[in-house]
Amino acid sequence: MLTVIVFLPLLVAVLLAVVPRCSDTAARWVWVGAATIELALIGVVWAGYETPPPGQLAFAERAAWIPGVGSSYHLGVDGLSLPLMAMTAVVFLACAVYALRERHRPRVQASLFLFLQSVCLGVFAAADLILFFVFFDLSIVGMYAVIAGWGHGDRARSALKFFLYTFLGSLALLTGFIGLYAAADPHTFDMPTLTAENPFAGRPLAGGVVLAAILIGLAVKTPTVPFHTWLPPAHTDAPAVGSAVLAGVLLKLGTYGFVRIAAPMLPQAWRGWAWVIVAVGVVSVLYGALVALAQTNLKRMIAYTSINHMGYVVLAVGAAGLVSVDTVEPRAVAVTGAVTQMVSHGLITSALFLLAGVLYERAGSYDLHAYGGLATPAPIFAAFFAVGAFASLGLPAFSGFIAEFQVFAGSIATAPVTAVALLGILVTAALFLRAGQALLTGPTVGCAKGFGDLRPTELWSVGPLLALSLLIGVLPRPLLDLIEPAARTVVDLLGR
Amino acid sequence: MMRAELLLPEMLLAGGALVVLLGGSFTPRHRQWILRGVAAAVCVTVIITATVALSTPANTAFDGSYAVDTVTGVARILAATGCLLVLALAGDELAGAARESDAYALLLFATAGAVLLAGATDLLALVVGFLLASIPLYALIGLAGTGAGAEAVLKTYLLGALFGILLLFGVTLLSGITGTTAYAELAARLPDAPRSVVTAAAVAVIGGLMFKAGGFPAHFWVPDAAQGGMAMAATFLTTVPKIGALIAIHRLAGVLPGTSNWPTVVVVLAVASMLLGNLAAYWQTDVRRLLGWSTVSQVGYLLVPVVATGRSDLAQPSLLVYLAGYTVTNIAAFAVAAALPRHRDRMSWRGVAATAPWLTTALVVALLGLVGTPPTAVFVGKLTTASAAWDGGYAWLAVVVFINSALSLFYYLRWLVLLYQPWAVAPPDRPGRWSATVAVVAAVLSLVVGVAAGLVWRAAGG
Repeated sequence: MLTVIVFLPLLVAVLLAVVPRCSDTAARWVWVGAATIELALIGVVWAGYETPPPGQLAFAERAAWIPGVGSSYHLGVDGLSLPLMAMTAVVFLACAVYALRERHRPRVQASLFLFLQSVCLGVFAAADLILFFVFFDLSIVGMYAVIAGWGHGDRARSALKFFLYTFLGSLALLTGFIGLYAAADPHTFDMPTLTAENPFAGRPLAGGVVLAAILIGLAVKTPTVPFHTWLPPAHTDAPAVGSAVLAGVLLKLGTYGFVRIAAPMLPQAWRGWAWVIVAVGVVSVLYGALVALAQTNLKRMIAYTSINHMGYVVLAVGAAGLVSVDTVEPRAVAVTGAVTQMVSHGLITSALFLLAGVLYERAGSYDLHAYGGLATPAPIFAAFFAVGAFASLGLPAFSGFIAEFQVFAGSIATAPVTAVALLGILVTAALFLRAGQALLTGPTVGCAKGFGDLRPTELWSVGPLLALSLLIGVLPRPLLDLIEPAARTVVDLLGR
Repeated sequence: MMRAELLLPEMLLAGGALVVLLGGSFTPRHRQWILRGVAAAVCVTVIITATVALSTPANTAFDGSYAVDTVTGVARILAATGCLLVLALAGDELAGAARESDAYALLLFATAGAVLLAGATDLLALVVGFLLASIPLYALIGLAGTGAGAEAVLKTYLLGALFGILLLFGVTLLSGITGTTAYAELAARLPDAPRSVVTAAAVAVIGGLMFKAGGFPAHFWVPDAAQGGMAMAATFLTTVPKIGALIAIHRLAGVLPGTSNWPTVVVVLAVASMLLGNLAAYWQTDVRRLLGWSTVSQVGYLLVPVVATGRSDLAQPSLLVYLAGYTVTNIAAFAVAAALPRHRDRMSWRGVAATAPWLTTALVVALLGLVGTPPTAVFVGKLTTASAAWDGGYAWLAVVVFINSALSLFYYLRWLVLLYQPWAVAPPDRPGRWSATVAVVAAVLSLVVGVAAGLVWRAAGG
């Protein structure tokens, strides 16, 4: 089942690329169709999912791959990966619908995005470090092609910076993986085995070095301060759907690595580094928010809020490492909040980036001050933007609130000093209100004149994303029921 | 015992070379393609016989001076595959050329030399293999008949002579202090020999072999030959001789005692090759010269598992897997360059993606493969060699490998990006049919070897 989910988009991508007589319209609809099937398949998995016992994975599939180096083709899902896979399928479907109006080489674009969907789902489903890395690295190649091929502005330079930066990070990650492999006895790259074995138990120094390599690799991808500098240019110059996937899904590959690999496999070292991780999280939250506040380019602003939002995740997983006896509950809450935040941020930020894409497509500018009074000519756009902004700043009734509430409830109970990161929410609220004000209110001026409202493809791509965020915000239980046992397992593993 | 029948693949290569050489004298120029077919048939036969021989237990021939084991078997298959791909690629360049059949004979001779180098378990057999692999190369480079080609061949010849003497010096030292040239006895006697002399001999022998490997400090000829020689010569000499040389160094490393500091020597050569190759490639505008420098850095990576020889079980299979990946990936990259022979300057590659999408895809796979992007074969090679180094106690060397991979990404990408930009003056040439086909086939092979790495690993004795 998981193999089908992971490789179906790749198969369709290859078919789209090699079948010569495939019209552009057909290619667009094939993409939408494939993305819909993917979502349905993941829905089937979700429906049939039963929480596996700790240390095991549901829907596991395993086959020999390179037995000589202890690497196998091993897939599986649990409460950490399944919500992210579902979110990935939703975001990609939204992008497919949004791109129905794409005019620039739609066939190649569809093929490329299906490839990207395959590798992103592969990262979440992988239960072998090498398999994880293969997909992780290919996501960089795919996104590079998206930015360089369909971006605007100084896209070649931004794409190159993105590639070099994240590739360097992925190599640090690989170094860490080899360290885990060499420390395990017998040598293996299998994730559940490594998690169970805790290969660096009793060797804090070596474990710390290996964790540092893995953390750098993941921090570049996430990105956290100070490894974030590739993100703003990459987002600014990427196409709308590229930004949506980059922020919505690709950033999660980094944060997912924290809860899947770094924390459970190196618990002792993680506890040793927990304060550093918390500090990086807090700095990312505050720095991301403050720099976003200073932006006048809407896309750059959303990009910096991503750094802010990912900061909450890092803060929560860092706080989970501050082990003491009476904080098991709050730490589990923090990890649940972190995973919820990944899902929530994926939905909301993708919607915001798609809306930013609408702005650029209509008027060719992301400058907040070039617009004004958009609410009059484009009421639906204005409503959607307002909803997205409120969801992103963590207003109750949206998924962001559920996530951030848990992150803070867990973190502050574990380490009260982390309350300083609450300032980030305040700044985010200010900047989104200010952006909304500049764009939507007042007399209709500048680029806003003659601004067409959302077309059906835009409506049906952005709308469902926001609706899902609202749904999670109102009815969080189904999602939390899925995440909580897995979060509890992570906290237990960290306590070893 | 002689047991010459064990050496059937080697004899086929050498005999086939003679047949092609003599046959060429009696074949009219417009029918010389027949000899290309003969040479290709020889390569295919060698691959088949070598594959069959892989399943037989390890053995030695000529009184223990030549090993017929998994390592030799893989070397035979890889060298013959490399030669076969180069023969196919030569179709664009050599068809109807004045020295067509001579070139084919030289390719077969050089392949035989590379295989002998890989199988030698006696210092004298090693020297013979070195000479047999070197001399045809000089002629191959010189076939270009241009000024740059002449300069390249002179440089190669002088360096070859110099490092050949160095190799002989090391061989003399080793046999002088032990009274034997056979590896089996060397392994037994060397631990009692004076440590400093053994170290000096190791430096000399390994240094001499670095000429064939095309790595630091004997790398100067590689970029010149890659640029000045014909495309098929450039492809061949950056691929097949390395197989022989690196396996020879690996075998030698298995003989040298741990007390002699030979790992330090190899580590220094590895790191220097990686760094130098990558840094020098940054400034290149000629694509073949760029690829030439990149092969220097690849030798550095290939030396990493050699360091772990005797310290990690992963060393030998990882070296062979990397060599397999390197052979197909490097040939794919050079074949792309050969397909557009007039496009030597990097900037003239603009617009190729629009006119030749398959060729471009092959180049993407090949260059990203050389960086070590999964799921290509070189990724598995880099992964396993780095694991071998870490396992063998050289964790920092694994880190150096990955830092260098990141360094190399930039100059590969800079070339790749140009292909997707619109052309400036005129559309690019039509790619040569043979070279383009070889490029695509080799790129596909590189992906296949990467995905089927488990099978390759088992074949490599892991």
